[in-house]
Amino acid sequence: MSGTFLGMPSFPKNAEKALQDSQLRYNLRKATHTIRAKRATVVEELPDWLELRAAGKAIKDETLRHLDRYLLQVEEAVTKAGGHVHWASDADEANEIVTGLVRATGQTEVVKVKSMVTQEIGLNEALAKEGITAYETDLAELIVQLGDDWPSHILVPAIHRNRSEIREIFLEHMAEWGRPAPDDLGDDPRMLADAARLHLRERFLSTKVGISGANFVIAETGTLVVLESEGNGRMCLTLPETLISVVGIEKLLPTWRDLEVFLQLLPRSSTGERMNPYTSMWTGATEGQDFHLVLLDNGRTKVLADEIGRQALRCIRCSACLNVCPVYERVGGHAYGSVYPGPIGAILTPQLRGMESPLDASLPYASSLCGACYDVCPVAIDIPEVLVHLRSKAPHGPAERLGLKAAGWVLDKPVRLERAQRLATRFRGLVPKRRLPGPGAAWTDTRDVPPVPEESFRDWWDRTEGGSR
Amino acid sequence: MRVALFVTCVNDTLFPGTGKAVVTLLRRLGCEVEFPAGQTCCGQMHVNTGYRDEGVRLARQFLEVFSGYDAVVVPSGSCAAMVREQYPKLAAGMGATRAGAFASAHGGHSPFAEAVAEVTPKVYDLSEFLVDVLGTTDVGAYFPHRVTYHPTCHSLRGLRVGDRPTRLLQNVRGLELTPLPGADECCGFGGTFAVKNAAVSAAMCADKVGNIVATGAEVLCAADNSCLMHIGGTLSRLRTGVRVMHLAEILASTEAER
Repeated sequence: MSGTFLGMPSFPKNAEKALQDSQLRYNLRKATHTIRAKRATVVEELPDWLELRAAGKAIKDETLRHLDRYLLQVEEAVTKAGGHVHWASDADEANEIVTGLVRATGQTEVVKVKSMVTQEIGLNEALAKEGITAYETDLAELIVQLGDDWPSHILVPAIHRNRSEIREIFLEHMAEWGRPAPDDLGDDPRMLADAARLHLRERFLSTKVGISGANFVIAETGTLVVLESEGNGRMCLTLPETLISVVGIEKLLPTWRDLEVFLQLLPRSSTGERMNPYTSMWTGATEGQDFHLVLLDNGRTKVLADEIGRQALRCIRCSACLNVCPVYERVGGHAYGSVYPGPIGAILTPQLRGMESPLDASLPYASSLCGACYDVCPVAIDIPEVLVHLRSKAPHGPAERLGLKAAGWVLDKPVRLERAQRLATRFRGLVPKRRLPGPGAAWTDTRDVPPVPEESFRDWWDRTEGGSR
Repeated sequence: MRVALFVTCVNDTLFPGTGKAVVTLLRRLGCEVEFPAGQTCCGQMHVNTGYRDEGVRLARQFLEVFSGYDAVVVPSGSCAAMVREQYPKLAAGMGATRAGAFASAHGGHSPFAEAVAEVTPKVYDLSEFLVDVLGTTDVGAYFPHRVTYHPTCHSLRGLRVGDRPTRLLQNVRGLELTPLPGADECCGFGGTFAVKNAAVSAAMCADKVGNIVATGAEVLCAADNSCLMHIGGTLSRLRTGVRVMHLAEILASTEAER
């Protein structure tokens, strides 16, 4: 994955900082609770939601099991339809291919459809190094780009911003990128959208190269599918003379019929709508447009080799797990140090990137394992299961290791537990209520310690013969 | 029916009153309760913190100790969910190892998987045992207080105990049950999460406590003392005056006792 976030401190440190931002907490709480409620309403109204979810899971599993075959099928179908297929094993390769393709057109500007995978590989930065400017055209991505900021949510990248902050960003930075915002810009959502619309319209009409990702690729026909809400995607996909789509290899669906399931699962889980406003589909090159498909691995086959971790590849990037996550709700997306934040990020990032850095090693622990994410996942990714699996592979600090090994030793034999309990009850008066030493301070900073009882349960049972004496 | 109590290591060591309440309650309902002395811990803390081998060792011990009972009653949704939901996953995960692959290739499951299949279906959270096995929602309890109930995550989304605990509470004489806003949201305990991500854990608990205090309840009830230790520790630090009580302790209370 991109080096963008490398060198960030561990999740708990980032979280602690984020928690101090009361504006952020207010924005996030409001936004996540709103989308959460919308999703719940449109999911509850479908009597066959659980069947759809099971079908979504099964289709993705089938695809992943025979990915080798389906990928070749895509290559053949796209090529037959006049498109060009490129294979990229990592971010650098993908960036090189895309940069080369843009350069071959002689253009220095591209318009972009909102795409997670191009952020994963740091495409905009790679293009910039070659003198090519990438313009984000999704409203939220535009806000992020103008504000020289990082996205903090998969679906709503600017979720951490409220409308008055957006107004300021537009007034201050729109002119640097093209048509300026009107001087009398207010923070009314309609006014903000109008300013963005006029700003973007010029870009759509003048730019000759479009770059997109895809929500799905149908293997049998080679058709790419993009779901969106604003229509900016449709502009980028149809107006430019050259279209380059970068797609992770896990985005495939075997047949056209399979799409039916996902066109129901995705909008309801994602924006909480019954149907998204725009669905664009195209197969190969169209008249007046060159088409290039870049199929990206970037760690995915490594994830596929992990029997428990591979279910993360079923993800359709709906972000329902982010919106219900009590941790995400309080700290936001930046703390996760990856374009994939929230519960799905906590299992995807350490698998794609490895767990060498302190940040990546801390991500599997960025969850209380409450299970709300698994409940809402439209493709039934058991996120808590993968988190626990990754924790068993993550590096552990020496103090923690010693503590848990010691606890394990005590719990291995009832007699050892009994002795430890007697020791604790004998010195119960010495246990402070409000300030524990060492790592215990993390508990007593905000919580009192319960009093140690005079007698453990097992000693009571022995003494009273199960309470009968 | 041979009923065993798995009291859990946390209750055994820190909250023996909960274990005693389960014994009192089950005897009152006509059950003989055994306390197998070989028990210690289900292994949840180790497995969920990333110490799988230690966790599996404790799981083996659990399965050995509780084999042969008709029912194992657990006054903790989280520990019951560990056994019922996570043990099968641990067993399946072993299939991925060479030894497991060898065992399954030679026609059969590992002894661990067999023990999991035998023991785990008989493991019940207290409310499940009362409602599903004993078939009662009125346990003859008396508790004249205003109570709010927090359905802990692993009871709610792991075991799916649903409204069993609140049905039991509704039939307690004198008890006024007041609904908790945002009840299904995690309190922020999460085992070692509470210290590894202490700041987030505290922020989650602050919102939970706000909701609890807003109900005007005297008592916060839950079926898991680890969550109650976390929420109760915060309620106590903030001097809210709200007490925490395990479901078993409320259900064990009677007029005679008072």
